[in-house]
Parts: sequence; C-alpha cells; structure tokens
Amino acid sequence: MSSGTLYDKVWDLHRVAELPGGATQLFIGLHLIHEVTSPQAFSALRDLGLGVRHPERTVATVDHIVPTTSQARPFADPLAEEMLATLERNCAEHGITLHGLGSGRQGIVHVIAPELGLTQPGMTVACGDSHTSTHGAFGAIAFGIGTSQVRDVLASQSLAMNKLKVRRIRVDGVLQSGVAAKDLILHIIRMLGVKGGVGYAYEFAGEAIEALSMEERMTLCNMAIEGGARCGYVNPDATTFAYLQGRPQAPVGDAWARAVEWWRSLASGPEAVFDDEVSFDASLIAPTVTWGITPAQGIGVNETVPTAAQLEPDERPIAEEAYRYMDLVPGAPIAGTPVDVCFIGSCTNGRLSDLRAAAAVAQGRQVAAGIKAFVVPGSEQVAAAAEAEGLDAVFRAAGFEWREPGCSMCLAMNPDRLEGRQISASSSNRNFKGRQGSANGRTLLMSPAMVAAAAVAGHVVDVRELLAAPAAAGASRPAVVGTPG
Amino acid sequence: MRSASSPAASPVPFPIGAIRLCRGQAVAVVGDDIDTDRIIPARFLKCVSFEGLAVGAFADDRAELGGDHPFDHPEHQSASILVVNRNFGCGSSREHAPQALMRWGIRAVIGESYSEIFFGNCLAMGIPCLTAGHDDVLALQQAITTDRAAELVLDLEALQVRLLGSPPAERSWPCSLAQGPHRMLVSGQWDGTSLLVAHDEALRLTATRLPYLKAFEDGSIS
Repeated sequence: MSSGTLYDKVWDLHRVAELPGGATQLFIGLHLIHEVTSPQAFSALRDLGLGVRHPERTVATVDHIVPTTSQARPFADPLAEEMLATLERNCAEHGITLHGLGSGRQGIVHVIAPELGLTQPGMTVACGDSHTSTHGAFGAIAFGIGTSQVRDVLASQSLAMNKLKVRRIRVDGVLQSGVAAKDLILHIIRMLGVKGGVGYAYEFAGEAIEALSMEERMTLCNMAIEGGARCGYVNPDATTFAYLQGRPQAPVGDAWARAVEWWRSLASGPEAVFDDEVSFDASLIAPTVTWGITPAQGIGVNETVPTAAQLEPDERPIAEEAYRYMDLVPGAPIAGTPVDVCFIGSCTNGRLSDLRAAAAVAQGRQVAAGIKAFVVPGSEQVAAAAEAEGLDAVFRAAGFEWREPGCSMCLAMNPDRLEGRQISASSSNRNFKGRQGSANGRTLLMSPAMVAAAAVAGHVVDVRELLAAPAAAGASRPAVVGTPG
Repeated sequence: MRSASSPAASPVPFPIGAIRLCRGQAVAVVGDDIDTDRIIPARFLKCVSFEGLAVGAFADDRAELGGDHPFDHPEHQSASILVVNRNFGCGSSREHAPQALMRWGIRAVIGESYSEIFFGNCLAMGIPCLTAGHDDVLALQQAITTDRAAELVLDLEALQVRLLGSPPAERSWPCSLAQGPHRMLVSGQWDGTSLLVAHDEALRLTATRLPYLKAFEDGSIS
C-alpha cells in the first residue's frame, strides 16, 4: 500500500468520513461541469429536493456541442441549443459561474480551468468527463465521474470513492527533438496497455517529466485515462508555480507565498512508498502514431503495423478487429498511410504550445490537395493568444481552416465529423471505432506537429524528416521548431 | 428489435433497494476493451434526459452487423443480464452508456473486468458488475449463445452464477465483487446521495482544514 505520495497526502486531507459500504467520502475541492453530463444531475437534484452545497466551488463552461464555424445563438442544431440553454438555466438557478461563449473565458473545460488558475496543486478535482485527469498536471488528484456522481458533488461537494493504488512511472533521459509529450504518453500506453492502469493512479516522475512545460504535463496526464488510470499526476515544482502565478484565480500577496510553501510540501518525498514502479528512457521514444482502434495500438512512425504473430496472444483478437476496421495491412509501414482529414485541437492538444508546434510545421508549406485540415483552439484565450502572435494567419496561409474553440471532432458532438470511411490524422485522444462521428470513420492519433506534417504531405510522415527539408521558397522558417514551450 | 420500437418499454423495473439476486435471460457481447463510444455513440448524448437512450445501445455495432448483433437477436429481446469480457466500458465517463443498457433491459453485468468509471456508474444505478475468471466467462458466453433461452441467476450473497434450464445438470461458476460495492448493493445503500449529504458537520469540518479554502493559512498537513 502506498504511503507518503502526493496522492496519499491529498487523499487524507480530503477525507470526510468512512462510509458503511467501505468507501471513503472524499471532499471535492473543484467541480467542473459542462452541458453534456450535467443536465440529468440537476434534474436528479431537483427530484431529491436538494440544492447545491458549494456553488462557489463549481464552475461551468460549454464545450462539447458548440459549433466551431458560427457560434451565433440560437445554434442551428436545436438539440445543441437546448443543452446550452439548460446549462445556462441550471447555473443561473443555483448561482454557479458559467464561462459562456464570447465571455473571453469559454473553452474546453480542461483547458480553461488551468488557464484561469482554478486548478491548483493539492486539490481534488472532479468533472463529468474522463479527461479530468488533465488537472493532475498541477499535482491535483483529478478524475472523471459519471452523472450520478455529478449529482452527488452538487449536493454534498463530496463523493464516495475507493482509494487507488499508486504506480510511479519514471521517465529519465531527454526527449529527442521533434518528439512531443503526446508521443511520450502514446508510448507509455503502448507499453502498459489500455488496461494496465485500472485500479491505479499514475505518478509521472523523473527528469524527462520535470523538463516538461505545464502544457506538456497536461497532455501527459490527460491521457492517463487512456491507459486505464483514472487519474495521473505530476508533483508540483517551480514550473507549476511559474505557470500559476498571476492567473485570475491564483492566490496573491502573502497568500501566494503560503500557497507555494504548502504546495511544495505535497510532493511525494524520498520516503514515499509506491505500489508499483515502471521506468522508461525518453531518448528511445519516436514520434508515435496509432494504427488501430485503441490508444495502445500505437507504433513509432518508422515502424510497421504489427502482425498478429508479433503480438501477445491476448492482444490478437482486438488487433484482428483493428486490421479489418482500419483496413491497414499488418507488416506494412504506417508512414505513407494516406489521410483525408487533419484535426488539430482537443483537451489533449488544443493549447497555445500545441498550436505553435503545428504552426512551425505549417509555416511556408501548403496543405496537400484534397485534404481537409482545420485547427480548433482549446479556448477563447488560446485563440486570442494565437491570433496575437499570428498563428491563425500562418495556418490560413498554409490552407488550414481556423475555427472557434470547442471539443469539435475529438468526439464529433458538433457538426465537425468524419464522413464515411475517411481517415483522420488527429491530435485528440481516442481512436475508438466511430469516435469521430462516422460509424466507420478511422482515426490515427499523433502529436499536433505530426498532424500538421500529415496535412502537408497528404499522408503519415515523420515530422522530423519533413522539417529537415526546406520549406517553400521565400518562406521564413521559424527559429525554433517542434519544441513547444 | 424491442429497443428500437419502444425504447421506454422495459419489462423489468429499474433497480431499487437491496440487490441480492438477479435472474433472467442473458446476452453475450464478446470482445475486450469495448469502450463507451461503442456502447453509445456520442451523437446520442445530445439530450437533457436519459429517457430515450435505449435506441443508442451499441447502435453503430448493430448497424455494422446488419441485424446480427446479439442485441438484435429475437431470442435476446428479454435479456436482463449482460456477459462481457475484459475492460468493458473503457474510455468516456458518460453515464449514458450504462443508462442505455439499463433502458434496453440490462439489470446486471458479469464479465472479466471493467473500467473503473463504468463500474462506478453502474453501481450508482444499482446495476452490479460481477467479475468471473477468463475461462468461466468464456464457458458462460458459450452456454448462453448455444441455448439462448437459458436463464442465469446471479446470486450476490453466495457470489455465484448459475445457469438454469440447461439439462442435464445445472451449472454454476464462482464470481466476485469488491467488498465495498458488494455491501452497498446487498444492503440497498448503493444510491448514496442522502448518506453523503447527511454528513453535514464532517463536510463542514473538512472544508475548514483545506488550505485553499482559507487563503492558505495554516497549510501544514501533518
């Protein structure tokens, strides 16, 4: 059993009571809600005659269903409009802050809470969305919940939870140039599997993790759930504090100094005991691309789609299903696989540094003929910052569409979706069958720079090779490429 | 195709109170890592109520198989027990997935393993997700696929699954359930909102010791 880890410390601090069934009642420090998984929770609350216990600890935004072309109200889709109107009504009725469209603060819930300084080390964070693990980047214990649990948090600011085991994932060495946090997490999931993390919280540690920016740490923790781990986290450090300082909801003055002292004390110390530990060498990781229908079905861009014989026996049935669905040939290189649609965005990779990395590839190049390529900033703040430094112009000049913020084609609850058997290069997090809005659409997950490279080449390509070749004549090459800050 | 024609018409009442025994016909959905996007594609999530979700259950898989999905087999239209393999319900946290299954008619699940969020969502709805060994689940799936009218009994107190009406002899397999969820289901305390709310004083005390709720005064966490 783990002890002395950040997970243990935060868990103990938030324990309210031990419940008769054996679960722990855990206080939730920050509750985030959105339009898809909250309406039924508010209805249930009404049915029970209960109110919201701590409306000031719940924050709402709208992200999943918003269109990214025109966000004028009412939406063209009446169901989407009803969902947003319901969220607005519920927030108004219960005194919950809603960062709505045009507020300057709207965006994907896992993008806006960090950028507003709402997410802080040592908090418990819950949201009716599995990618809530993102917030673990700050040294918070953050996890996705279902709608019944959203109801419970609204009613009691707490949840019935069972304590997880803690696995430390040490990553030492240095990531190669052109290899992103996305490649790192896709590699980890490839090695540990989509079930490997069930029952665990993942602590990401080691020099390669410490070297990551906050936005890269968010990408990493975001996909812990794709490896089965309900939460993943990074111990807070100077990088964390530098990111937080000056954000709207961050503490100021004397409280800031006290906060930093407390946050430092939360990190897993040398005496910490873990239930399990695995390690990776960052320098061995290549840009990684998925070829199948689970996020663990990934390979280095210069590898070949594994044959059944190369896989463990228990991996073969889903590999066979993936060969059929993806129509990729076992033994064939993944590089060169033609793509139809290129999507840059999502809670995994829709932040400013992601857009910079993609723009560095797009700069002076052109989207290949016949490819639909579009960029969806993760939030209104990301969009404004990107536009301020001209990234939108870089993308547009290269032939990408520049859209309004939202979840978009990550899960295709808005009009952005694949058609028929189209295949996408996508910076999102899931390559499940039908995920991107077409029942037989296909998804190749990769980093934003790799998506931009695929858009330019028209097929999967190693972004490092693309960047080694000169861009179009007359185009100025950026000084730094592929190293998101 | 019961679910397509009358999505709200479920022959068995939704779970209420203590869940000690689940009895009914069973349906096997075979495969590891069946994610919640497959259990209910995202387009069905555009709603403010769970009521009509039965039509979304495995919608794309069913369309792909053109009527040959187990959820479309006429003999399975009364099934209330779902038999699955490993890591069932992985991916999205959408409670719409178990809600769609429940509204289609499912009242209990038995399988090799589950994603945590899916398991928790089912528990909050009073739907037990029991675990059995790999070979036992395969045998169970084989048995109910061969004799689609067979009935299963999931006995939560004995932690045993029994196959009825299958001569020459009734067969049974052991199954398991973590102690906490087990207690919650058999005692009827799986719908815990009232329990959480009742701890008013403990909630208040917890809030008073959280540094980030008091301007980080006294941040020690000894």
